[in-house]
Amino acid sequence: MPHIVVRNLTVRYDGHEALREVSVEIPDGQITVVLGPSGCGKTTFLRCLNRLIDLTDGAKVTGEVLIDGENILAPDTDLLRLRKKVGMLAQKPQVLPMSIYENVAFGAWLHGVRDKKALDALVRDCLKRVHLWDEVKDRLFAPASQLSVGQQQRLCLARSLAVEPEVLLCDEPTSALDPISAQRVEELFFELKERYTLVLVTHTLRQAKRLADYVLFFYMGELVEHGLAQRVFSEPRDERTRAFLAGVIG
Amino acid sequence: MGELTWRHCKEALMQGTMVTAATLLFGSLLTLLAVVTVKGWQGMSWAMLVRLPKSGSYLGGEGGILNAIVGSLLLAVGATLLALCLALPVALLLQPDYAGRTKFAQFLRLLLNLLWGVPSIVYGACGFALLVALGWRACLLGGIIALTFVELPIMVRAMDEALRMVPKAMKEAAYSLALTRWETMRHVVVRQALPGLVTAVLLAFGRGIGDAASVLFTAGYTDNLPRSLFDPVASLPVAVFFLLNSPFAEVQRQAYAAAFVLLVLVLLVSVLTRLLAARLSRYLVR
Amino acid sequence: MASRLWQERLATALLWASGFLVIGLTGALFTALFVRALPILHRQPLSSLLTGEQWQPAKGIFGFAPFLAGSLWVTLTAMALAVPLSLLTAIYLAEYARPQVRLTLKPLVDLMAGIPSVVYGVFGVLVIVPAVGKIATFVKTHLSSVPLLSPSMPPTGYSVLAGGIVLALMVSPTIIAITDEVLRSVPMSLREATLALGATRWETVRFVVLRAARPGIVSAILLGFARAFGETMAVLMVVGNVPSMPQSPFDPAYPLPALIANNYGEMMSIPLYDAALMLAALLLFVTVLVVNLAAQLILRRLGRGWAN
Repeated sequence: MPHIVVRNLTVRYDGHEALREVSVEIPDGQITVVLGPSGCGKTTFLRCLNRLIDLTDGAKVTGEVLIDGENILAPDTDLLRLRKKVGMLAQKPQVLPMSIYENVAFGAWLHGVRDKKALDALVRDCLKRVHLWDEVKDRLFAPASQLSVGQQQRLCLARSLAVEPEVLLCDEPTSALDPISAQRVEELFFELKERYTLVLVTHTLRQAKRLADYVLFFYMGELVEHGLAQRVFSEPRDERTRAFLAGVIG
Repeated sequence: MGELTWRHCKEALMQGTMVTAATLLFGSLLTLLAVVTVKGWQGMSWAMLVRLPKSGSYLGGEGGILNAIVGSLLLAVGATLLALCLALPVALLLQPDYAGRTKFAQFLRLLLNLLWGVPSIVYGACGFALLVALGWRACLLGGIIALTFVELPIMVRAMDEALRMVPKAMKEAAYSLALTRWETMRHVVVRQALPGLVTAVLLAFGRGIGDAASVLFTAGYTDNLPRSLFDPVASLPVAVFFLLNSPFAEVQRQAYAAAFVLLVLVLLVSVLTRLLAARLSRYLVR
Repeated sequence: MASRLWQERLATALLWASGFLVIGLTGALFTALFVRALPILHRQPLSSLLTGEQWQPAKGIFGFAPFLAGSLWVTLTAMALAVPLSLLTAIYLAEYARPQVRLTLKPLVDLMAGIPSVVYGVFGVLVIVPAVGKIATFVKTHLSSVPLLSPSMPPTGYSVLAGGIVLALMVSPTIIAITDEVLRSVPMSLREATLALGATRWETVRFVVLRAARPGIVSAILLGFARAFGETMAVLMVVGNVPSMPQSPFDPAYPLPALIANNYGEMMSIPLYDAALMLAALLLFVTVLVVNLAAQLILRRLGRGWAN
């Protein structure tokens, strides 16, 4: 399991600070929830962890993010290796313009798995793990766009798993889903934390309470408080955290 | 690890290829501009612009290309005005407020798109057939008509896009003030779309000055200025074409000068388009 | 109030009238073309006209094959050059170029599209034709045994290749502009999802973005083909205008548009010549129409394409 350490991470867009001097260690093999009201920098934080922040025009990033001792913010970082290790699930399910099978197999194929049998086994395994196999096993080569939104999000999860990451970053993964699909995805997270480190962004307190082992609370770009979920929810140390938990802000 | 390095290599290779392709294309463009400018400038003089060719332009050496410059302007302005009279109503018709969602409008749009792709020489040939049927000679009017067909689809398409960008909410606000469709179009939509509409007109005009194939047989050629709509008229592109073939270097120089003037005119129209579009956007709601 | 209603009705009527006028004019124009081409169609069946290789109007022999072949040779050469260059440039502009670079280069593409064809022709005559002439002489001397390559007549530079190069320059802006628009309409989230899987930028483009944009790109290429097929002046000035079947890219050719443009002067003096040229125009029109129609249909289906 990789060790993720963030030191003095600061992100600026057009002179305004989206993240200010964030320093924290993310625990392995647990679900770490990144919590906070809208616009507080949670997504920005997540996007720093797999260098997707590079794609945002005008973002200036300083500080360090160490994964297994290597600073991934250094310009010479191998992004391909990083993104294989650290996968991402976006808020709105974005399937690739291919069949269901190809969607799952594509990442692995890119990274060098070419043997057909190995790919077949991988696809079946990943689809089973997200509990999608039974629903799609008879139409593996149908276009992925035919699936419902909930199924698409599970497909995206399977796609990320096929690359064999060690960390999964999830940006409000159930906010675009109906309650039943959302619940199924949340159940998946509990299963996944046995093999992966999960970092989940959410702005709903209830979801955080259901899922979190560890909590990072952000407010206006600052990491206000962090710690074990039980402790943060029952004995918050900062008054902003208390205000958020009470529903006063956010 | 070897696999990873190979993928990084491929990335670098493809980037290099892309930059090479772009350099080749834009380099050719710049070479073209340079060559035409240099050759054209050599033959240029104030006299060239304001004098008519001396009789027998294939043989004559002095004289200029005024006939072609004036001719081109007459043809293009005439065609643009005629096209405008037809293009604006058609573009308005295509909006959802009028026929926009009917099969008729779909058909009309398809037709206009196809017309857009028709080579201008076909319009020239059709125009010629028409002239023969009417018993006329090649003349200014003939050229204007053929050129109108070239400019019309370009203008309609650009106007249609400009009109479509007017936000629906703006139109609804006008309707809820009890404006009729025509009043909404006239006072609100056209005003909001004005920069785009002007751009459309100038775009078509730019194409019109440069087109040779449609006016080749319909407008004729002459060394003089036309005195009526039924006189033949010269034009810059046709002048370049005819004069270039002459064995006399002085005449060839006129051809290069004509090409240069044409290029400058087209560039001017392009710059003017951008400036006007910016100027007219003062009252626009974004 | 009454006058406002009256104005509204008048305006609506005028608008509809203009729509019908456009349709009517188009119909009339092409009927005129067809009617004037009829005489020659009555004398000879279309198939023999299209396959005949001899062109001697004075003797009444009208074979269009050399011109069709010429058009195809030149257009296909142009596409072979233009498509890779344009697609690569468009991908560069849409996916890789920094905003400032894109802001400078995009207007240049528009500029290229606006340059009149005679100006391209002048450039062709001054630069391309001599260059091709030199290459052709080289090929003739050293590679004369290579079949499709070696010129079958003394090379002058006025050739299929010269026409192809000039056309490629003229057609590239069209392909680039459409491809660029199509690429930019592919949602960013698609690229991000692929990159997040650990793909390189090129892999993202190649396997995902291009696949999503495929219908648009195909129609861009078809539109480019149609424009190249119908282009007259620039090609006319550099292609040699010899009515024989070209056998190498260094041979001269005589595309259909050039045929019409060069001979309209003699049209009326030889019987059936004018009908033959009108037929050439009709052939040109139909070909371009069919290709454009295909492109339009593909563009239409883009709306019901792969993605929601």
